[in-house]
Amino acid sequence: MAKERKVPALIDNPMSFCAGCGHGIVIRLVAECIEELNQQDNIIFPIGVGCSSLLGGGMVADRLHCPHGRAASVATGMKRVTPDTTIITYQGDGDAYNIGISESLNAAYRNENITVITINNTNFGMTGGQMSWTSLPDQKTTTSPKGRDSGATGLPFRFPEMVAGQFDVAYAARGTVTSPKNVNKLKKYIKNGLEAQINGEGYSIIEVLSPCPTNWGLNPVKAMEQIEEQLIPYYPLGVFKNRKEKQDA
Amino acid sequence: MADMIKGNVAIAEAAVRAGVQFYAGYPITPSTEIMEYLSGRLPELGRSFVQAESEVSGINMVMGAAACGFRALTASSGPGISLKQEGISCISDEELACVVINVVRYGNGLGTLYSSQCDYFRETRGGGNGDYRCIVLTPESIQEAVDLMAPAFELAEKYRIVTVFMTEGALGQMMEPCVLPDFIEPERHSWALNGKYTYKKIGIFDRNSMTEAVALNEKHALIKENEQRWESGHVEDADYVFVAYGLPGRSVKGAVKELRKEGHKVGFIRPITTWPFPENGFKEVNQNVKGFITVEASATGQLVDDVALTAKRVFRERNVPAWSLCCVYGVPSLKFTKDGFARIMNNELKEAY
Repeated sequence: MAKERKVPALIDNPMSFCAGCGHGIVIRLVAECIEELNQQDNIIFPIGVGCSSLLGGGMVADRLHCPHGRAASVATGMKRVTPDTTIITYQGDGDAYNIGISESLNAAYRNENITVITINNTNFGMTGGQMSWTSLPDQKTTTSPKGRDSGATGLPFRFPEMVAGQFDVAYAARGTVTSPKNVNKLKKYIKNGLEAQINGEGYSIIEVLSPCPTNWGLNPVKAMEQIEEQLIPYYPLGVFKNRKEKQDA
Repeated sequence: MADMIKGNVAIAEAAVRAGVQFYAGYPITPSTEIMEYLSGRLPELGRSFVQAESEVSGINMVMGAAACGFRALTASSGPGISLKQEGISCISDEELACVVINVVRYGNGLGTLYSSQCDYFRETRGGGNGDYRCIVLTPESIQEAVDLMAPAFELAEKYRIVTVFMTEGALGQMMEPCVLPDFIEPERHSWALNGKYTYKKIGIFDRNSMTEAVALNEKHALIKENEQRWESGHVEDADYVFVAYGLPGRSVKGAVKELRKEGHKVGFIRPITTWPFPENGFKEVNQNVKGFITVEASATGQLVDDVALTAKRVFRERNVPAWSLCCVYGVPSLKFTKDGFARIMNNELKEAY
């Protein structure tokens, strides 16, 4: 029997993402998890700058637009004064990993009890598709028109693996939105991240590989295929730090 | 008898007593004692202290705590406050309330460790990108500083604005007798984010800069009307009026006393708020005043600009000249001020305006 899927009350307004963008799916999952964990009256979103900013227009919830890249620091201030409130940063890869790499890493370093959701679409979407630190080698962007030269610009890095390997964090995972199966898995990751925070286990990060058909120059279906064929081999899906490992440690 | 206490420590304890719930910052001379003190004191009271990885991160943590409706504080000095301007501009834009302490040290770039007032322009003009001001408090003594700490937060909350608490290296590092204020327990702001969406904040894409501009100007006008603070003396019959704030302001009062004894009709205005600038203090000055003289710890003369602009507004029918005596850094001695006055009287020093 088909299950009824009502729209979470937290999502009130239509959002203005491009056709085929992954943001909408992720925001819906986040809202569903919040409701299922009964946090809808106990939630603040420090929001990044970029396409992630568009979350602010759609959510009926406390939210604050943070300076570019600083959401993890703003979240820290929020969490320290209201430790019982659930704090979720919502950022893109340019925001969290380029200009905000210091704030992002240091929040993980402190094992700050917040949940970080980073939409990785391997480029700066809002400004029209510039190279980001997660752009793949040879990826064409408006600032790497001949393809990303990793020798000159560095290799794309894997943030969840980095903090899972180096820091004492509670939970680190990467999911994607390319199929119902992956969407369901991603929802479990998000829920785990939020539960980790609610239980006071510490920092949780869920990175989402998300299509950007507009800036990739692909139609929505092809963009999903691009994730499966190009991104997942470089950015493996899965859990890199499990809550249990943290509890057992 | 009041106890001897170091300026930075006294200011930090005054902030605790004013109900500061959260501090985040980064070490920098000559402000560091503030964070050192609070790193022990705030957790002792069940409040929060974070040593941030950078000045930028520290001010953004303050933004988060302020958004949740609690009294939040950070402190730094010249170059550190430069890094914080991104956050200060955003906090101002979001109309959140917090206090930023600048224990000013001399110099551009990395600067020096000398006590100074060289950040006057930046603090009184907002400091970051955009179209905003901060209320700026400039105490002359440790006692005045601790007495201004609770008002600093009250002003920030009343107008939903950033208050910059601008002291000087010497004020932070020196000791003097001081009576600390009583403890207060401020309420969480009604416009706080509390997770329940009780405060219907408008998202950035739904805001209207044209209507906000009108409200911003009204707010600034109200602050200028209601919140000017200054101390003055002997201005009613003065031929020349000294204008100085902070430690130079305190020093100038002594110089005025001596010059009066020597028969010179001089007075002083000591701004306690440098924004809003105490224009009302100038309205009490002798209508036939011959000039204003600033005494300031900068190289180029910054305060003198506000003095000249204010004189233009108050004495519309004539041009009252303004001189500046700049000691670059440190606290000007009585001799410095008196010698400067003598040079002005002998036409050896050209007016700035």
